[in-house]
Amino acid sequence: MSLYEFVLANLMSGISIGGQYALIAIGYSMVYSILRLINFAHGDVFMLGGLFMVFLAATFPLWVAIPALIILIVALGFTIERVAYKPLRTAPRMSVMISAIGVSYLIQNLALYFTGGLNRMYPNIPWLSDPITVLGVTTRRVTVVTPFLVIALVFALVWLINNTKIGIGMRAAAKDFDTSQLMGIKINSVISMTFVIGSFLAAIGSILFFTSFPGVFPAAGAMPGLKAFVAAVFGGIGSIPGAVIGGLLIGVSETLIRGLDVILGPANLGIISRPLELATFSDAFTFILLIVVLVFKPTGLFGDKPTDKV
Amino acid sequence: MKRFIPIALALILVVGLLASCGAPASQPAPPAQPSPSGDAPAPEGDAPAPEGDMPELVIGLFQPATGANGAGGRQESLGTIFANYRHPYVDIGGVTHRVRVEQVDNQSSTAHGPAAAADLVARGIHFVLGSYGSAVSMASSDVFRDAGLIAMGVSCTNPGVTRGNDHYFRVCFLDPFQGQVLASLAANTLNADTAFILSLLGDDYSQGLSNFFREAFEANGGTVIQENFPEGTSDFTAFMNNARAQGAEVIFAPTSVEAAALIISAADIVGVGIPLLAGDTWDSPQVVDAARGRNVEVMVTTFYQEGGAPEWDADFKAWLNANPTQLANNGGTDIIAGFTAMGYDAYMLALDIFHRAGTLDDREAILQATWDTSFIGPVAGLIEFNEYGDARRNTAFVKMVDYRGVWEFYAEQSL
Repeated sequence: MSLYEFVLANLMSGISIGGQYALIAIGYSMVYSILRLINFAHGDVFMLGGLFMVFLAATFPLWVAIPALIILIVALGFTIERVAYKPLRTAPRMSVMISAIGVSYLIQNLALYFTGGLNRMYPNIPWLSDPITVLGVTTRRVTVVTPFLVIALVFALVWLINNTKIGIGMRAAAKDFDTSQLMGIKINSVISMTFVIGSFLAAIGSILFFTSFPGVFPAAGAMPGLKAFVAAVFGGIGSIPGAVIGGLLIGVSETLIRGLDVILGPANLGIISRPLELATFSDAFTFILLIVVLVFKPTGLFGDKPTDKV
Repeated sequence: MKRFIPIALALILVVGLLASCGAPASQPAPPAQPSPSGDAPAPEGDAPAPEGDMPELVIGLFQPATGANGAGGRQESLGTIFANYRHPYVDIGGVTHRVRVEQVDNQSSTAHGPAAAADLVARGIHFVLGSYGSAVSMASSDVFRDAGLIAMGVSCTNPGVTRGNDHYFRVCFLDPFQGQVLASLAANTLNADTAFILSLLGDDYSQGLSNFFREAFEANGGTVIQENFPEGTSDFTAFMNNARAQGAEVIFAPTSVEAAALIISAADIVGVGIPLLAGDTWDSPQVVDAARGRNVEVMVTTFYQEGGAPEWDADFKAWLNANPTQLANNGGTDIIAGFTAMGYDAYMLALDIFHRAGTLDDREAILQATWDTSFIGPVAGLIEFNEYGDARRNTAFVKMVDYRGVWEFYAEQSL
């Protein structure tokens, strides 16, 4: 395996996982910009996307299972907002946050209960799971499809926010929650729509993520959720392009760090003679990167332009 | 009125939660009731007295049904429950006793383990079997000691379980042995010079077994590259690329089953083209499912290879397939895991110990009977204890699974 192939293989899987983080990150970002709420349950909704698919695909053909999954997850996101967040709209912000943590643990524990904590194999999705060879590197088709799908979805979302009535409502609510209500914006339907969009993207993200890494267990949403949240903060929470760039940066940096020992090692560049065992610290590097960026740019990479907000 | 809907929804959620707690759908099946007629074998010893006034030997089954080790714990429990179904009576001191199995879920957790153990003790058990997972066995060991009970580890392979105490025994082999067997397999059978170890950061089992493997493999003159991954890692493709790029000829991954599926999938997609080795934890139907249809070769060490006792295999499968809950607890297939066989033998050993001790309550007599054990396990063979209370085992079975998705016997490794 040449150095070129090795770096390319790592870059491709980094971009792909980064795109998947980005899809989850958008959900965090949009909700935060309107409600100033970190929706901790979002990562677990993503995990449920994987779990539902395991059960749906066992019963229905894929052309039924995939739309049914998306509808279920969207309905779940909508219900969580109505049940756990809406009654707390006038409560202190901390109460909503605690409610979000409660929902997160409720979902994880229900999943633990119904699966017994056992790992479930995610079904093979024929076209997406197939192996292909790109520029000499073998990977799954999903790795190549993810970045393009993410870009298409983000363009559609930005168009929706800039050109539709609900999009205008979202931008207004993000700028000033109370004033937008005074201006006659139906704030509840705007917020519901935000959760619907976020959950839709999480459902798509779960299909892509679990097709790449086909093990679903109750805590499967915790790490991707945390990293997606980091990506959202990193890119500037509230900014959709920021969330995408943040996700991609984190994805690429973590896969490259895992491969750094080999790239720098005697077989390739020869800069180090002994392995530094950097792979162990790949997650630590992700979070160090976050701290460094926030120290120098507290609003994140794209966070200082309020016009970019949802 | 508008507030009514969210409140109602919240109530539905809560009621749903409570309802699901009341009817545990995914808990292991309760022990099969011994049926006096039917295919249960005739009781040992005298003809049983009427069920009501017969004295009882209560065996505590200390196993995880949920958490990271839930799958393995359920499989191990199945062996014991099946043994109880086939052999529900034992002769102790000339009196026929009915054997009852009490189960508790220790949730694979060192935090929950001691409380679960105390719960089991409170149910009046006389003997403990378990647990799958060395960490939770060690964490709960003192609870059993303080209650004056003797515990028999079934598949907990960490040396620490039986060290420094006189009440914990075990019927399986240990990690140092398992590490040596796997290293010898890699170096001598697979002719590998370079091994890539992938282990979970901060996990006793994973790090312990990695070290035993590393020592043995390096003593053979091989080179070891070790990388650790943090808990919650999903993307193993980078690790597989590393193994390939550094010229490894074999990958050793002593991890939980959760990581196994992801590692196998990553190995397939990267096309590592070298065998994956693992310890007893990978002896699971989930590993078979993960390997089916994929371009991988997985080898694991295990306690028992299906086909070693064909009649027992057939009886167990018939029993398993007769009950959907039991089948689900075995991962939905009737593949026999090594732990299940050990769970069966451990139960039979317990009966043998009480039969020889001739008492339910005299701890010294029971302890002495345990030390004196020389028992031929019906499935996995002779059990005798060394000075630590570990069964003397010098053979491990190696089995292999590839794209065909069935376990195949690969080798019997001794040292």
